[in-house]
Formats: sequence, structure tokens, C-alpha cells
Amino acid sequence: MTTISADIDVSSPAPEVRRHHGVVRLAHWLNAVTLAGMIASGLQIYLAFPHFGTKEHTFALPNPVDGGHIPEAMRLGGWLAGGLAWHFALAWPFVLTGLVYLAFLAFSGEWRSLLFRPRDVRPAIAMQLYYLRLRAEHPPQGKHNALQKAAYTFIVALGAVSALSGFAIYKPVQLSWLVSLFGGYELARYWHFLAVWTFIAFTLLHVVLVFTVDPASLRAMITGRYRGRFPSHD
Amino acid sequence: MTDARAPGLDRRDFLRLGLLAGPASLVAACGWDGGPLLKRRLAAVSRLNDWVGEKVLLSPGRLAPTYPASARSSRMPAYFISEDMPQLMRPEQWSLEVNGLVRRPTRLTRAMLEALPSVTYTVKHHCVEGWTAIATWTGVPVAAVAAMAEPLPSARYLRFDSFDMGYYNGWDLTSAMHAQTILAYAFNGRPLMPDHGAPLRLYSPIKLGYKLTKYLVRMSFTSERPGGYWEDQGYPWLGGV
Repeated sequence: MTTISADIDVSSPAPEVRRHHGVVRLAHWLNAVTLAGMIASGLQIYLAFPHFGTKEHTFALPNPVDGGHIPEAMRLGGWLAGGLAWHFALAWPFVLTGLVYLAFLAFSGEWRSLLFRPRDVRPAIAMQLYYLRLRAEHPPQGKHNALQKAAYTFIVALGAVSALSGFAIYKPVQLSWLVSLFGGYELARYWHFLAVWTFIAFTLLHVVLVFTVDPASLRAMITGRYRGRFPSHD
Repeated sequence: MTDARAPGLDRRDFLRLGLLAGPASLVAACGWDGGPLLKRRLAAVSRLNDWVGEKVLLSPGRLAPTYPASARSSRMPAYFISEDMPQLMRPEQWSLEVNGLVRRPTRLTRAMLEALPSVTYTVKHHCVEGWTAIATWTGVPVAAVAAMAEPLPSARYLRFDSFDMGYYNGWDLTSAMHAQTILAYAFNGRPLMPDHGAPLRLYSPIKLGYKLTKYLVRMSFTSERPGGYWEDQGYPWLGGV
């Protein structure tokens, strides 16, 4: 009996589980680097015309950097041509990483533990109540909780929006169907930047949650092995 | 003694910080243009993007959308590289030279150009900076002028030269022969003025503004890819939209 009680003793180390496949880890960190470069070179490009809309009519839409006060340390490329060169070069790894990641999820079946579906709505509310301290118990979860599923589904959709709106403003005549999907060239450009602010906000929240809620998940994203609070698998 | 939950940084936390420092240092390195070695690599990727843009994304028959004249922008920004606006002292002596790899090198005066069948359209101008403006342009399709000069099979590119401090552009033939690529002599229904490239400028809604050579003096068919004023400084060569 003593051996069993030792196994469930809370002070004993959590069991180690294999969590992230190498493809996922590589995609995650490649994406972190290329996205940082995409954003920095994108801000450099934005400075050439730091408004949304046309020269005559600036959109009455929120733009925290209208007029462009973007510190040099946040830009990549040095000038417009350099920014364009970096942006269009990094677009390759950004898009390819995304496609490889999605293909991996589809073929491995991993998408099941990541895709937010209608049945995740109730657990997501329970999870939100827990975070708001309106619920004492952490709701039971598999590999990811329902809010994480919502976040990881949303971020893939955001990646798609940023890539598609990017292609729309890259080739607005050849890809005119994409441009109309975003409501015209000027709005597509705004969508592209909306994606940037959302990526930045997501990343900040993502990093804060990793360190405050489940620091063991950082090691899991590096080594693939997880030894923490939520060892179960879907 | 080796309690992993001890406050402060343990070795593992230190490793984590190190891994975070990677992307952070990349961000901190921003504002930097990449140095000569990376610049060459970036230029090579840009050539790949030009190839994809011309061979995959460009549909030779696709027309850029046209707008009613009422959609025109009230302002059409105008750029040139000379300190003062480039203007001809004797416009009546001006002519366009069509040469290079052609069977019949040709010279066209403004009157000869205006006598050719013309195209008028109201289209959206896309600037590399990110702004757009709608205007009406009238001119002769480049393809019609090319037909008069009869390019040789070895001609693969077109080079457009201006009298604006040697500003020039190199074009792929697919874009140059596009139905909406014209040698424009009128803007918004009026004769082209010096701010927009009088007496003649290249115009096309399928290229970015910096590819649309103003103050034209010559178009030459070549077998080697010509560069361009901005293209030589790092702007994408194709500049197609």
C-alpha cells in the first residue's frame, strides 16, 4: 500500500509524457522567428505611407500608429526597399511553415486536440469562470483546455488572414478575387495590419500564460517532453 | 537542498531565458539592413519572387478593373528624380526612339503617336509605398508600337529610358505587351503635363508606379534583362500588381 500512496503523493514529480512532435516544435520556433521578422519588416514598409485609406481620405478606423512613429529598433530592412526584400523573403518560410504544420495536424490526427468545435463552448465557459476565480476547481481537460483550443484555432485562422490579405495587397490585380474578399485594396491593407496587432497581443498573452499557468509547457515545446500539471492526452 | 521550486533562477530557468533571447536579439537587430552578404541572398529571393510573379501569378489576358470617371481621385501624386521638374526646351523636336533587337528601328513624333488607335481607361494606380489613386489615361498600346518596329525573336525584355536624370526601367515582354500597357499622352482627358511625364509616359495598371517610366525618349528591345533606377537600388524588379 505504501508504494501506491507514494505514487499519488502530490509532492512526487509529475509523470513525464511525450507532448509535441518534432514537426510541431520546429514549426513553432521557426514561426516565432519568421513572424518577428515579418512584423518588423512590415512596420518598415508601413512607414512609406503610414495611413490607411487613400491620400485624400484616411479611414476612420482605429490605427495606433497613424502618422507612423515606429522606433528604428522595431523595424527591419533600413528603408522601403530593404523592408520589402525582407518581407517578401520571409513570406516563404512563414507560409511554408504554416502549410507543413497544417498538413501535419491533418495527417497525424493531432487536429482533434486543437480544433475548437461547438462542443467546446461549455468547457470554455467553465474554464473562463475558473480564470475569473468564479469557480474553484480547474475544469478537467485533455492535452489542452477548451480556451487553449479556441486560442490555437484562432491563431491558425489569423495566420491565414494575414497571409491571404498579404497576397491580396501584393498582387491586387492578379488576385482581385482575394482583394474583393477583404473589401478592396485599401481595406485589405488594413486587415493585414489588424492581423499584426492581433498577433502581437496574442503573443504577449501567450507568453504570460505560459509562465504563470503552465511553465512546464515551455520545456515541452523545446524538448517535446512534458512533466507538469496537465499530463493527460486526448 | 536541490529543491527545484526554490525562488530565483535555477539552471533550467536560465536555459529558458537563453532561448527567449534568440528571437529577442533578432528583434533588437532590426533597423539593420542585413549587411552585404545577406543583401545578396535577399536579392536572389527577390529574383525568385519576380519569376513566380511573372510565370505563375501574372495572367497575360487579365484586365485590371476600370472605373467610371466619377471615381477619379482629386489628387494624383507626381514624382520625378531631377531636382526641378523635367521639361523639354523644344517639345516640337521631341520624338520616341524604338530600337534594339528590332527589324525596323523607328522614330515616332507626338503627332504620329496621336494618329494611332488609342486606348482610354480609368484605373487604380498602386504605389509601392502603399497608397492608391484613380485616374484616366489615354495613349497607344505598347504592343501596337512594338508591332511597327517588329521585334526579333531574340528580344526578351524592353528597356524604357527617360530624360529625367537617366531614370529608366526594364520590363518583361508579357507585361509590356499587355492590352492595358500604353504610351500615355493624356491624363484625365487633358494633354499630359510635365508633372505626370510630358510629353509621353509609360502607363499600366498591372505594375507599380515606379515601373511606369515618365518623360520617355526611348524604348529598346533587349536580350539581357535591363535593371532600373529603383530596381538597381533594391526594389523588386518585376513590380507587378
